[in-house]
Formats: sequence, structure tokens, C-alpha cells
Amino acid sequence: MSQPIIKAQDLHFTYPCVEGVSTAVLNGVDLDIQEGSFVAILGHNGCGKSTLAKHMNAVLLPTGGTVYVDNIDTADEAQLLNIRRTVGMVFQNPDNQIVANVVEEDVAFAPENLGVPPEEIRRRVDDALKAVGMYEFREHAPHLLSGGQKQRVAIAGVIAMAPRCIVLDEPTAMLDPIGRADVLRTIKALNRERGVTVVLITHHMDEAAQADRLVVMSKGKVVADGEPRQVFSHVEELKAIGLTVPQTTELLWQLRQEGLDVPLDALSDEECAQALCNLLRAD
Amino acid sequence: MALKDITLGQYFPGNSPIHRLDPRTKILTVTLFIVALFTAKSFITYGLMFLVLAAAIAISKTPIRSVLRGMKPVLFIAIFTGVLNLLYSTGTHVIFTIGFFTLTWEGVFHAFFMVVRIMMLIAGTFLLTYTTSPILLTDGLESLLSPLKAIKVPVHELAMMMSIALRFIPTLIEETDKIMSAQQARGADFETGNIVQRAKALIPLLVPLFISAFRRADELAVAMECRCYHGGKGRTRLRQLKYQTADLITLVLSVLVTVLVWYLARMGL
Repeated sequence: MSQPIIKAQDLHFTYPCVEGVSTAVLNGVDLDIQEGSFVAILGHNGCGKSTLAKHMNAVLLPTGGTVYVDNIDTADEAQLLNIRRTVGMVFQNPDNQIVANVVEEDVAFAPENLGVPPEEIRRRVDDALKAVGMYEFREHAPHLLSGGQKQRVAIAGVIAMAPRCIVLDEPTAMLDPIGRADVLRTIKALNRERGVTVVLITHHMDEAAQADRLVVMSKGKVVADGEPRQVFSHVEELKAIGLTVPQTTELLWQLRQEGLDVPLDALSDEECAQALCNLLRAD
Repeated sequence: MALKDITLGQYFPGNSPIHRLDPRTKILTVTLFIVALFTAKSFITYGLMFLVLAAAIAISKTPIRSVLRGMKPVLFIAIFTGVLNLLYSTGTHVIFTIGFFTLTWEGVFHAFFMVVRIMMLIAGTFLLTYTTSPILLTDGLESLLSPLKAIKVPVHELAMMMSIALRFIPTLIEETDKIMSAQQARGADFETGNIVQRAKALIPLLVPLFISAFRRADELAVAMECRCYHGGKGRTRLRQLKYQTADLITLVLSVLVTVLVWYLARMGL
């Protein structure tokens, strides 16, 4: 549990020159992701969170510093397949990551690439589809599914690879609220029930609040790191880098600005309601 | 929007004996069927081919109406070819002559057979795509063409390209629809004007479509690499293609029919 599965040390990344301008996206990121944890990485557009994600399975290689996946340097090209099968990646647009025109064929893609025997592929495909609740759609055509369903198929396609860690780069950005809730529930179940390490890149506060650990990024650096309730209680700092906080925290924070004595670390609706009740009773 | 009605590779799921045949068997059988069609010359041989085709359609439980609908787009071409044959065939059994145009019985037969040949050709290939899923079809082609790997033909890559193309047809059609609506909302006119004006009107449709297709291709390539894609080497398949007894029987029968048609045609029948 305590072994870091992903370790970034003084990670720098600069996109190559375009018309004489090179942009530094990551400016020295140090980050350990513990095996079995559920980490959310939160930040504004352009803060470098997606770029950081792409370093976690060697889609991008650092221009400075090192990234280790399961103690393997991601710059080691001979280990590329090992790195990619250890850390799976789910992207924003489900349409652009589904390869086949039958759901189960698509989920089978990764194990097929790895040369897994056919009976084992069948077992993994069924298992992965059940894990995301899409088993009954296994013979459907992906383009007829809803966005949330497609994204769950994409997640199943990564699970079938049997990775120890899944990095999801804004998986809910293109989904409607129902699809978002389904995908988030699936991600949480994977972490809790199967012990898969989950790294969720997002700019939704309420999604980030559900993780065990929250990393906040700004201008290519980690600016806050801790339990979500701790991180969100630094309301002023978050606002200063252009982020909002969950509505519960926002409410309590405004009450506090008015001089009322309420705790700032009540994150869930129930906790917030409880805090308000306590306040009323104290009067 | 009419674009959405386009169906390509119109596979219809089913569980008939023909659906269950190995795709390689079906591809080979259709190839033999086409060869036989082009050797057939008379009522007897065409009749034989027609019986084979009718039997196959019956066994596959394909509704006749779908087969007819599949032939509709080529009806014009078939009739056009028929008329040409009617006009340009020479023969001795003259029916009538108007000016320099002579209609002969040979011409009539020739034209009739030509139309029948094209229609049966379409019906046969339609049956193949109707009873075989696109994935199995590409798998079958990949497997049949795999001997060409020896002479460095990138068979796996070609099959992969084909299946990705099939996968993205509905996605790109949907995208085209969206771009069309967006451009129409800004006053683009795709429906009036002469052919040059209409072709020009397509430019603001095609440019964003291509840009988006390139972006999709880029993202898909990264997603495929993230799922450990590294070419066809060492790849296994979820579905293994297996020849069964039914495949053997089908292949033997189609070879026999082809040889029979060829023999009858040689005998002048």
C-alpha cells in the first residue's frame, strides 16, 4: 500500500518551439502517488494537469527531471509496454478512444495487443464490462451509446489490460450530469473494490472532493496537497489562483466572513447541514 | 437529415447457418460465385446460378425486400448497360431495322443476361455484407491475405485501417451533420444554385471536417498506444476464426457449381 506506484521528481516539461515561442508547462513537479490511493488533481485550464497526466505513462517524456512508474524510469524505451500496461489512461473524448465497432471487440483491444490467449481475453472482457456495468451492451455498436456509456466502455477497455493504476484525464468533461455521475461511481468502485490506484484529473470541485487526496496545480506547480477537506478550507488561496470551492465550503466561508463561528472543513451536504444546525442551536 | 440514413456495410445480425459460416468461406464463395457469373452464357447456366443464389438467400433468412432495396442504387447502371448492349450487339436474327439501328434477338438476350448478371452480382455481395459483421469481414480478409506478408504487404495494417475506417463512418457522419447545421445557422446555403456553386458551398463544410478528422486521428493514435498497440506482431484475437464442417461443405459445393457452370458454358450451353 505504501509503495509509490508513480513518482515524479523535479519534473519539468516545455513544449517544443512554435514560431519561436516555447512554453514551459511544468515547472518542477514533485509528486508521489501511493499504490491503492484515489488522488484527484485539480487545476485551472492550462495549469499543466493534463500534461502531467501524459507523463504518467510515457505519452510525454520529461524535458527535465524524472518520472518513475513502478520504479521504472519512463524514459527507458525498452520498458515502454511494461509502463503502459501498469498505468492505463482514459481520455476526455470517448469517441476518439474507441477502436472497434462492437463494444466487446473494443474492450478486447488491449489484451489482444498484449498477446493474451483467447480464453483469457474472453474472461477479462466479461469481467471488465461487468465492472463498469456495461455487460448487457457487449454486442452493441459504440456509436449508438450515450456519452457516459461510451466513456464507461473506454474505462472497461483500460481495465481489461489489468493495470495497477488508471489515470483519467477529465473523463467527464464532455458528459451530461447523469453520465458524469455514472462514470464517477464506476471510478470509485474500481478503487474501493478492486484496489486499483486512481488518478483523476478534473476541474470539477465536487468530483475532486470525493478523492482521498487532492493535489492542486497552478502554473505548472503543485500548490496544495492533502485531504480534500483540508485543501478546500484554504478558501482564499484557492480563489487567488482562480479556482472556486465546493458550494458547501463556499457557504460556510461566507458565513465566517460575516463573523459567524462555523467550521470550514465540512465538505459533504450532511456535514454542512450539521454545522448549520449547530450554529442555530448555539444561538 | 438524410445523411443519417446512409448505411454502409449493412450488416444485419442473425443466427442462420449462413451467418455462422466462417467469413473466409463466405468471401471465397462469393468470389467463386462472381467467377461463375462471368462464365455463364445461357438460360441453363444463369438458371443454375439463380437457384444457388435463391437458396442462399432463403437459408440466410434475409428478407427479399432488403435484397431488392440493396439492388436499387445499381438499377440505373444495370438498365443503362442493358440498353447499350441492346443497341450495339450484332447478330443474324433481325427483329426490325430503323435507319442504321438494328434490333436482333442476340442483342435482346445479351442485354437481358447483362442486367441479370449485374443484379445477381449485387445480390450476392449484398448477402455477404448482410450476414457478416464488418469486424469478421476484415478479420477474414486479413487471414486470407496473410500469405502476402511474405512479400512485405502490410496486411495487418491494411485490415486495421479498414476496421477503423468502418468504426469512424457513423462518427464522421454525425460530425458532418453538426458542421452543416452550424454553417447553415450562419447563412450557408447547401441546397440551391448550380453544381459549381454547390461544390463551392461544400468548402466551409469540408475544411472543418478534415481538421477535426486529423485531430481525432491524433487522439486515437495516442489512445491506441496507451492500450499497448504495437502493430500486428504477437497479437492474439478474442474471436478465433475456425473452419468447421459446414465451411468445408460450402466450399466444396461452390467449387463444384463453378466447375459445372464453366463446363456447361464450354459445351456451348
